[in-house]
Amino acid sequence: MSATTTNPFKTGQKIAVPAKDDGGLWGYLRNYGQRVRGGDMGALPAVLGLIVLSIIFSVARPSFFTPANFANLLTQAGPIVVIGMGLVFVLLLGEIDLSAGFASGVCAAVLAILLTTHGYPWYVGVAAAIVTGVVIGLLLGFLVAKVGIPSFVVTLAAFLGFQGVVLWLLDEGTNISVRNDVIISLENEYMPPLVGWALAALMVLGFAATQLIQQRNRRRRGLPVLLWQVVAFRVVGLAVLVGIAVAVLNEERSRNALFSLKGVPIVVPVVGVLLLLWTFVLRRTAFGRHIYAVGGNREAARRAGIAVDRIRISAFVICSAMAAVGGILAASMARSVDPNTGGSNVLLYAVAAAVIGGTSLFGGKGRVLDAVLGGLVITMIINGMGLVGWSSAYKYVATGIVLLLAASVDAFSRRRAAASS
Amino acid sequence: MGTPLLELRGINKSFGPVQVLRDVAFQVHPGEVTALVGDNGAGKSTLVKCIGGIYPSDSGEYLMEGKPVHVHNPRDAASHGVEIVYQDLALCDNLDIVQNMFLGREKKSGMILDEPTMEQLAQQTLASLSVRTVKSVRQQVSSLSGGQRQTVAIAKAVLWNSKLVILDEPTAALGVAQTQQVLELVRRLADNGLAVVLISHNMNDVFAVSDRIAMLYLGRMAAQVKTSDVTHSQVVELITSGRSGTLGLAEEGAAA
Repeated sequence: MSATTTNPFKTGQKIAVPAKDDGGLWGYLRNYGQRVRGGDMGALPAVLGLIVLSIIFSVARPSFFTPANFANLLTQAGPIVVIGMGLVFVLLLGEIDLSAGFASGVCAAVLAILLTTHGYPWYVGVAAAIVTGVVIGLLLGFLVAKVGIPSFVVTLAAFLGFQGVVLWLLDEGTNISVRNDVIISLENEYMPPLVGWALAALMVLGFAATQLIQQRNRRRRGLPVLLWQVVAFRVVGLAVLVGIAVAVLNEERSRNALFSLKGVPIVVPVVGVLLLLWTFVLRRTAFGRHIYAVGGNREAARRAGIAVDRIRISAFVICSAMAAVGGILAASMARSVDPNTGGSNVLLYAVAAAVIGGTSLFGGKGRVLDAVLGGLVITMIINGMGLVGWSSAYKYVATGIVLLLAASVDAFSRRRAAASS
Repeated sequence: MGTPLLELRGINKSFGPVQVLRDVAFQVHPGEVTALVGDNGAGKSTLVKCIGGIYPSDSGEYLMEGKPVHVHNPRDAASHGVEIVYQDLALCDNLDIVQNMFLGREKKSGMILDEPTMEQLAQQTLASLSVRTVKSVRQQVSSLSGGQRQTVAIAKAVLWNSKLVILDEPTAALGVAQTQQVLELVRRLADNGLAVVLISHNMNDVFAVSDRIAMLYLGRMAAQVKTSDVTHSQVVELITSGRSGTLGLAEEGAAA
């Protein structure tokens, strides 16, 4: 295979760079409108959902729209978002991992046993939990990719199996508490206000710098560049959103004058780093490109020389490893691990998070950011309905309906995309 | 006529008891479109797969630019500059044109994908093929028409310094205007100095673009002639009976 690529026809002809097909800002907006109508809605449903839900719940319960509840919302969303991020990789391949919830339970149990029962330091526990996740992912991926069992069946079996493993690890259902300060702080501590501001500034500046460098590189090569208004809108938009969030979180939330409660929850930068990491992997590396390719057309990927089996196994490994991280966050939030950690509807919430955010159940389409946006929507529903005082019965029904709605948006946008091509 | 770019001599290929290719000789010259025609089951696809290294041939010689080479797998074929565009295009709908053209062979700087370089090369390749039908190389393939997809698949094949491009029925599923576009593109590939093999069932296409026609009949090369030397009906006769006047295979008895 020739590794060098040169223009195959060096006939000295002038290379015509296509003229920019936009008509300024207006053209860009019109293009965007067309894309949305064509079924490519991106994050739009999730963002609209967030806005509508916050209005409804704020009207129903004013206590919903307070800094204290905002901080609650973010910490509650942690495990769901992280498990959802991992699921995005599996969903991108058009597969499903039904066992991610209980996999997170198994990993959390490993963590709790090592920390509490055996007294290991936190990093040993965290490493062991993540390694457990990787091993689980290897096993699932092997069964799906090499043995050829549909992922639905493999992970359904694992869903039942891991439920048993958690019980066994916890001696038929005892509750192991987690008392390690580092682990507990993940979901229960807050950053000093100044650190919050510094991180926010770093994030916005970093984003602006990457955008500007990208545009400069493209302009230098004579490639079409984005309108400066669009770049400015993105940077300023991010700055405003992050700024408001940090300002709200840095407000005093304690009702007790004796101690102070303010700052950005520690879990937020943790999720932020994971978001950056996996977005980088998916968008900027060949591995990420190959995940999309395998999800879009497995045969084409195979013919292009991509090791399809390896890609499929790695997606399951990433999913289970992220489930382990989600399990650690869940253990931190509950300050303990019990047989129900990662159980009941954790998996459903995580899948719903990815799908509501815009990741397709049919494979080939999705971003890690989807899990964050969708996870916030899901958490807002749980949190809001809790505040309004609805019973669990309603919560289950409402969450189910939201998942169905998200899946129908997905199916609908696929139909639109198919019809418009 | 100079050395052919690709020359096959005495190629035999059997699948179990069935001999699909019998003593096939085949030549492809640079700068020419060689049409490979034959009825269903004549062995066109098998011959192409032997060239592409998907099936190793049982016996016979494989020469590139006069030198014998060994082609055991698709990677070998690609390293000799042979690219095949299959009928079912093998494009990923969810990726854009650039991403598809570089799929599996992405340009990287360090571990990061080098998007600007890839976009530039894709654009240059499309421009060198005088493709004007695609608006942006960052369009998703799902938004392209059948003809545009075929164009992308062909551009993908010529991106890699290939010398020989084999097109398996590129116009089979296309409308009139799009067929015309693709045929023009096929002609341009040859005019740019590549060797092109065009598999087709459509005699109009074959006569419109090819310089030579190779006719397979029941696993044997019935004839390989200049397009200008034969008529439409002669080709059809060669395809259906293996002979036409003085052209083609000798009588069955005499051949044995």
